[in-house]
Amino acid sequence: MSELTLTVMRLGFLAVLWLFVIVAVQVIRSDLFGTKVVQRTAAAGRRNGAAAAPTGRQQPPPQREARGQQTQGGGRPRRGAPTQLVVVQGSLAGTTVALQGQTITLGRAHDSTIVLDDDYASSRHARIYPDQTGQWIVEDLQSTNGTYLDRTRLTSPTPLQPGAAIRIGRTVIELRK
Amino acid sequence: MTAPAARGRVPRGTGTGTATIMPQGAPNRRNTELVLLVFAVLIPLFAYADTGLAMDGRIPAGTLEYGLGMGLFALLAHLAVRRFAPYADPLMLPIAALLNGLGLVFIWRLDKARQLARNYPAAQNQLIWTGLGIALFIGVMVLLKDHRLLQRYTYIAGLVALVLLAIPAFMPARASDFGAKIWIHVGSFSIQPGEFVKIVLPVFFAGYLMAKRDALALASRRFLGLYLPRGRDLGPIIAVWLLSLLILVFETDLGTSLLFFGVFVIMLYVATERTSWILFGLLMAGLGFWAVATTESHVQSRITDWLHPLTAAPNGGGVGQIGQSLFALGAGGVLGTGLGQGHSWLIGFAAKSDFILGTIGEELGLAGLMALFLLYALLFERGLRTALAARDPFGKLLAVGLSGAFALQVFIVAGGVTGTIPLTGMTLPFMAQGGSSVITNWALIAILLKISDVARRPAPAPETATEPTQVLGPS
Repeated sequence: MSELTLTVMRLGFLAVLWLFVIVAVQVIRSDLFGTKVVQRTAAAGRRNGAAAAPTGRQQPPPQREARGQQTQGGGRPRRGAPTQLVVVQGSLAGTTVALQGQTITLGRAHDSTIVLDDDYASSRHARIYPDQTGQWIVEDLQSTNGTYLDRTRLTSPTPLQPGAAIRIGRTVIELRK
Repeated sequence: MTAPAARGRVPRGTGTGTATIMPQGAPNRRNTELVLLVFAVLIPLFAYADTGLAMDGRIPAGTLEYGLGMGLFALLAHLAVRRFAPYADPLMLPIAALLNGLGLVFIWRLDKARQLARNYPAAQNQLIWTGLGIALFIGVMVLLKDHRLLQRYTYIAGLVALVLLAIPAFMPARASDFGAKIWIHVGSFSIQPGEFVKIVLPVFFAGYLMAKRDALALASRRFLGLYLPRGRDLGPIIAVWLLSLLILVFETDLGTSLLFFGVFVIMLYVATERTSWILFGLLMAGLGFWAVATTESHVQSRITDWLHPLTAAPNGGGVGQIGQSLFALGAGGVLGTGLGQGHSWLIGFAAKSDFILGTIGEELGLAGLMALFLLYALLFERGLRTALAARDPFGKLLAVGLSGAFALQVFIVAGGVTGTIPLTGMTLPFMAQGGSSVITNWALIAILLKISDVARRPAPAPETATEPTQVLGPS
């Protein structure tokens, strides 16, 4: 092999290696995520059409579940059975737990199903479980600061409707279908 | 509240007008990953052809098959990620594939160095181990539904780690082990159980620290500006310290003991946010190291080698291993001698495993070596980014522990080969010859990808966002 070919290949290989590194860094550059600030005036026009529009370019479309109007429980109860528990506010926002008939414990204790990192939560704060008919029940486990369903503090096990917000300290959790 | 504002906070009084801050998920970057993977397969192929041209004057036979094989491996791994971890980090898999591919080329190249002492072909075996590693990667992707499942096995993981570490100490020593008792020999091949501990131990630490971090961080006394932990909270750190010292004494494996203690201190610091743990850790590591260094002859000779790398061996041989690798790095210069054109047979011992960095530095030069270190740094950075983005404390700690173990490993072996720290036997992740190491690192990457998939998965759209606001009025 001629000396020239080998030199070209040697330098070419180094160039390709560095190209990979640079491309990788570019990917990181475009991979930033976190929070996005949207000016009110700019967003106002799009508010009516699609609420998720400002993030639509960056974010994959949200899962569109077939959601009918049977939320009021008129038909068979199994139709609208919730499938997941979603943390909508607080430090764990975005966490989801699939509901498969298991009891879900909430609290600061590390063996809870959802470990709350919340100053106002007790170590065993509340639990959510299905009763015999499959209806999900939320129960406060004598927590210090209480569990709130919408605005009312829970005193006894209470049936849980999808979309109703359970508030524990700064964390808000709800059932989704 | 209107829909977008319900997902974030509305800052007041920003002057020009109000703004809405909305959490923004990372996009699904699978196509980016695929493009980078194509690169990651083609670059080692280029290196393979280049090496063949330089050493034999022709492109090696089987370049196409080799390329198709590696491409198939990479494609299978990519499809597994696409199916089972769709939001995972796009960079980890391509970087790992590139490092592994380059490692294979270098091992194959060293196989062809006929003057290399005690040379037996290793590239074939390494290729098989790589296949097994990728199979394990896919297995973890499919079977590990959620990294939080690992938390259930906290104490089992601790026990398994202890057993795996202890096994080689009770095995009969062999002359071919070169001072360190870290292998289990089964028939003609050997495995290093210590490699698997790199995954198991962070699982234990993460589970343990998650349960105990409040006690470790808050129940402390202030003394001279440092937070001193209570005596009973010191128990576990002393236990781990003793354990790593015992490894050092009974298996004379400096690298592994440094690795485990380092990972523990890193995770302790991340869990408690107390700088005093780092000071304690460094102090205890130094103390333990000094104690062992004054008694163990194996460790002493390593230190002498490190302090005086260019002193010729007393039996009339050339310079020691570190001296040889320093000469190799120096011969490479800035741009290197070119693939296949170095004098790697001059590195007489462990050229394919611990000292593969010497050959890389000689043939790719400083420029290539720095690109390689940057790739490792990027992999580590993606691990830390995953830890930052993870929501659950166990996932955070596990991601820090696993990527910390990875980075420490690179530091220990690169530091040893370049003469920065005393040399200890340790494999350069993905590059060096060693089956246990390759499959462990693939599993490690798979777990990190699983954590990053959960961490980067966008929050489900709020229920209220798509429903019209209910207006209450007189009916």
